[in-house]
Amino acid sequence: MGNAPEPVIEFCRVSFRAANTHLLLSDLSLSVHRGETLVLLGRTGSGKTTTLKLINRLLEPSQGEVQVEGRSTLQWDAIRLRRSIGYVIQDAGLFPHFTVERNVALVPQLERWLPEKVRARVREMLDLVGLPPEQFLSRYPSQLSGGQRQRVGVARALAGNPPVLLMDEPFGALDPLTRAEIQREFQALQKRLQKTIIFVTHDMREALLLGSRIALLEAGKLAGIFTPEEFAHASDPLVANYLAAFRAGDGKSNLSNESADGNP
Amino acid sequence: METLSFFVKNHAQILQLTLEHLWLVGISMLLALAIGLPLGILLTRRRTLSKPVIGVANIVQTIPSLALFGFLLPAPWLGERADRLAITALALYALLPVIRNTYTGILGVDPGVREAARGMGMTDGQVLLQVELPLALGVILAGVRVATVITVGVATIAAAIGAGGLGELIFRGVAMVDNRVILAGAIPAALLALLMDLLLGLVERKLTYER
Repeated sequence: MGNAPEPVIEFCRVSFRAANTHLLLSDLSLSVHRGETLVLLGRTGSGKTTTLKLINRLLEPSQGEVQVEGRSTLQWDAIRLRRSIGYVIQDAGLFPHFTVERNVALVPQLERWLPEKVRARVREMLDLVGLPPEQFLSRYPSQLSGGQRQRVGVARALAGNPPVLLMDEPFGALDPLTRAEIQREFQALQKRLQKTIIFVTHDMREALLLGSRIALLEAGKLAGIFTPEEFAHASDPLVANYLAAFRAGDGKSNLSNESADGNP
Repeated sequence: METLSFFVKNHAQILQLTLEHLWLVGISMLLALAIGLPLGILLTRRRTLSKPVIGVANIVQTIPSLALFGFLLPAPWLGERADRLAITALALYALLPVIRNTYTGILGVDPGVREAARGMGMTDGQVLLQVELPLALGVILAGVRVATVITVGVATIAAAIGAGGLGELIFRGVAMVDNRVILAGAIPAALLALLMDLLLGLVERKLTYER
């Protein structure tokens, strides 16, 4: 895992302990390179979401340091940091009382862009995620399907043009067909936009499909980082376990894992 | 029939007492909101305080209204004027539904939505004003509605300490053993409660976002 091309995000021996609980993350060192999609793969409670939240400072490390663009997250102004990092979560977390337009316009508006610029940007983003603006601008999230909501979530995260995107099981709640479709589109989007993406999932197939590298987490520790090819052929016993488990259960195990996986 | 003619004959006084009643209710509700809303919001930020504070508000609510008026009578500044005292007591009664509904309304906001709001870089104030309060508004307004209706009712007792309002007619009617006089106080008070309920219900429907 050499310190190859330009790290955008670096974890330096990071541990995290939530108040009065056990160690959720221990001694994690990891760097994310510009333009890559790093998948954090692991089972429920392995520390994936915790890792993600340490990046946009929704959590702060108990030990060690998380650096974004060479600066510790604690030195960043938290608000500035978060506005320069796109964030997509499961079920999208759209504001139910905002129209699609206002949802997508959120960060540009917080950043006080000119109104015409915001309007144009919202349309551009909706086009980008395949939702015709004139049809969707004035709808409320409750008037959208799960797949459409997730697209709006992606559009909202991209609207402020952040160089980094954090995605926490963004497609986890979708039915398999919609998920496959949106994964394919996301792959195309990724190639086009060249963002640095950290993508959390427990779905191995998704990890192999979307990741340029896969970081395997187990019980709050980093078990290894692999390219998809390496992962598929790794001799590492833990990875072999994963492969066996996922193969045995295949589609079914993915489904049953879904609902159980909340945020730690 | 007899009651109706009594109403017509005394309409000026009934109207004046109704306005007095409204004034008592209005001022105490404003006071309750001015204290209850910020307090309810504070409790969502300091959750450990919620049990004791809501507990105290609960206890206040269980004190019989007549007794509460009596308790406050010796208080230095309050006891000087009946309306001051009445307004304070009424505001105390209205406090619980306002605090409790503000608290539970905000806590009831989908954690995913709050998380997204923070993760997108909203400041605490922006999360509160643009996300939490609008989404909790329905629950908060329901509390305000309950509090207002309670206050309209309890305000009739304020006449016992000479604070005026429609209770005056009720007490006078009881003393005179004259049903017409009692009804001249009771009917407007009941109508007032219904009207408030209706109006605030409309506001609630208007301001709450449609799902």
